[in-house]
Amino acid sequence: MGFAVLFSTTVQTIPGLPEESSDAAYTAEAGQPPSGRVDEIRLSGDITMWFVIVLEMFTFGLLFVVYAFARAKDPAMFRAGQSSLDLRQGAINTVILLTGSWCVARGVHALRSSRVNTGARWLWSAAALGIAFLLVKGLEYKQKLRAGYDMSSDDFWMFYYLLTGFHFMHVAAAVLIVAAIAFLVPRRQWTATDTQAPETAAVFWHMVDLLWVVLFPLVYVLR
Amino acid sequence: MNVLCKRIDVLWLVTLVATGVSWWAGESPLGMDGGWAVGIVFTMSLAKGLAIALDYMELRGAPALWRRFVVGWLLFVILAVMALWLWAA
Repeated sequence: MGFAVLFSTTVQTIPGLPEESSDAAYTAEAGQPPSGRVDEIRLSGDITMWFVIVLEMFTFGLLFVVYAFARAKDPAMFRAGQSSLDLRQGAINTVILLTGSWCVARGVHALRSSRVNTGARWLWSAAALGIAFLLVKGLEYKQKLRAGYDMSSDDFWMFYYLLTGFHFMHVAAAVLIVAAIAFLVPRRQWTATDTQAPETAAVFWHMVDLLWVVLFPLVYVLR
Repeated sequence: MNVLCKRIDVLWLVTLVATGVSWWAGESPLGMDGGWAVGIVFTMSLAKGLAIALDYMELRGAPALWRRFVVGWLLFVILAVMALWLWAA
């Protein structure tokens, strides 16, 4: 595989591609599944964002494993801390982020089909859901701090604020990025085949969602 | 509505159901009972993670290096955490 194929974010035709690649590939007719025998290998979004994603995933991956290791050393302390968390708030935030991801994905597809206003509405919906996530999380922080739990309480709370706080900042960044794209979409002359900027915002949002999907059971569900 | 949008809609519903199953496993007595709950909850996380990575991030049609990195990260993190959880139980 050549360097260009590895890193390119533009459409390329690759004969003999395995069947699994055909579902998410796009033809020049934006938003449409591929037809006939032409399959494509394509990285959605800007390559720079993908390097950011790699860095973020390494960082969070290390934090998750270190958290699990610390919990394995003192499960009783972690169980006590986790028992004071409201699983409903974690689950509600999971639904909010997953629904936000769905909105972002539908938004990108709408833009590929030249439905600019529809695409912008999907992206604004995602940004609103991101704000809802931040509000629910902020409420949870307020409740815990009022109950006397802060970073210095014990190792569980140190990890709780570290992991969820770091993730909180990423959600805030994702909201800003998606809102900026939603604002720009009707004001720019992007064509249906020129959706790299929305795709770049989308992959960052989805990464934030992916991280939460692992964080949610670690901190909230399994006690 | 094209096939890809339908797929995205179905996957959204699947991830919501998977979240509900995780919630149930965490709230029920089963959630306090070690191996079973750990297996169910992390399987749900893996399913949701794969849907996000392969379909929402569109890695199914991306160069293999990127797809393998994200899916490999997901598998490694979930298996490592599961192993540590079961070791502590």
